[in-house]
Amino acid sequence: MSDQMLVTAARMLADGEVCVAGCGAARQAARLARAVHAPRLTVLGDDGTVDGLPAATAGVADLACWLQGGRVDVGLLAADQVDAFGNVNTTVLGEYDEPTNRLAGVGATAEIAAGASRVVVLLPHRLPAFVERVDFVTAPGALAGPLDRAHLGLRGSGTVAVVTDLGVLRPDPATAELVLTEVHPGVTVDRVRAETGWPLEIADEVGVTEPATAEEVAALRGG
Amino acid sequence: MATISPLADAVDALVHDGAEIAFEGLGAAVPAAAARAVLRRRPRDLTLVGTAPGPAGDQLVGAGCVRKLVFSRLDPGLHRIRDALVAGWPAPLEIEEHTQAGMAARYAAGASGLPFATVRDGYTGTDLAALTHVATVRCPFTGAELTALPALRPDLAVVHARRADRAGNVQLGGAPGVRKEAVLAARRALVTVEEVVDELEPEHAAVVLPAFAITLIAVVPAAPPDRHACDDAVDRSWAGVSGDRVRFTSWLEEIRA
Repeated sequence: MSDQMLVTAARMLADGEVCVAGCGAARQAARLARAVHAPRLTVLGDDGTVDGLPAATAGVADLACWLQGGRVDVGLLAADQVDAFGNVNTTVLGEYDEPTNRLAGVGATAEIAAGASRVVVLLPHRLPAFVERVDFVTAPGALAGPLDRAHLGLRGSGTVAVVTDLGVLRPDPATAELVLTEVHPGVTVDRVRAETGWPLEIADEVGVTEPATAEEVAALRGG
Repeated sequence: MATISPLADAVDALVHDGAEIAFEGLGAAVPAAAARAVLRRRPRDLTLVGTAPGPAGDQLVGAGCVRKLVFSRLDPGLHRIRDALVAGWPAPLEIEEHTQAGMAARYAAGASGLPFATVRDGYTGTDLAALTHVATVRCPFTGAELTALPALRPDLAVVHARRADRAGNVQLGGAPGVRKEAVLAARRALVTVEEVVDELEPEHAAVVLPAFAITLIAVVPAAPPDRHACDDAVDRSWAGVSGDRVRFTSWLEEIRA
């Protein structure tokens, strides 16, 4: 997984916050934040762990209570496919009944997307994964517009950032469509466009993310 | 009240064709030995329930023991389940998917004698809501719309735990998952343990299941050292066997020999 992607996602987590992170890249980014700049970040696992420890008091059912009760600030989701409205697919590629590829399924992804105050989505930026409309809405981003979440009573803000190995996309508040706001050092806007399967909006001023520091790289290698 | 029994006898007594069987547990808490014992018994038409079915679920599906799989998450490396879903090998597999919290809530409802559970989040706004077995209900107090989920009441729950005492009380240990919920929801429960002790030492935050909730206990060799379920959710050696029909078939023959 790209260091710059993990580092950029980790920097979006603030000290003292409560985050929930599934396995893989999401958990790596959360642990990185704890190690480097957010020592009091609570990292809840979707497997019922708290800061990596199995805790009988934090079973899967407790996690659901905390999410629905509004106690979780940020959810980190690793996606297989994402669309222009930040909706996440981790269920199937192709048709549900006749999938071309069967993915991991929902797990806690949908609850996190609904209940966490904000959601950061992580995935490598590749054309087949960045589609105008996901094959399957496993977890709702903005669905199809800025009012859809509120209309359905979904608590959190949904996807506030999609962090990839090329840069960062954030929703336009007016349309809820993702806009390219930052690229990683050395990445061109054209390259991002070429790996995105819809006419991607580009921010007026596209920022460049800070390269990973030696401390961040060391923390990633160490844990 | 729980009885301690050899594993093969316990499986013979509790696993029947067509039964709905829950296998629960993550990481080192997977009921691996029990899964192998079930494979040897060669049941047919099982409804297998598992929040994250893992290699145990993959083996049972690959062996053609499962008609329907009820689950929340398929870890990478479970190629037998994917082969059944995409290519219908060795037989087509019916599926019913739920969110992780949905599975926990369904077990809790079953354990409490309630016909259904409710959740607010996890289905609303997703494509799963229209494809799986859920409904919408209105809260009689606040008017809020909620998702209703049918209770789970499996014929049998199979879980692995650290130890039991001679009276049949079980101390779980490891990542909790939804083992407790599954055992309490099921009509019968088979628990594999690594040791039987005279008395359970109180352990902070350790879940103890009372003997009255358990049918049979079998002692099996200790699982590999505990690791976070997340870090290596599916044993890489299993992914290798699972990835190839021929390798899997000879693995299965060996297990059954």
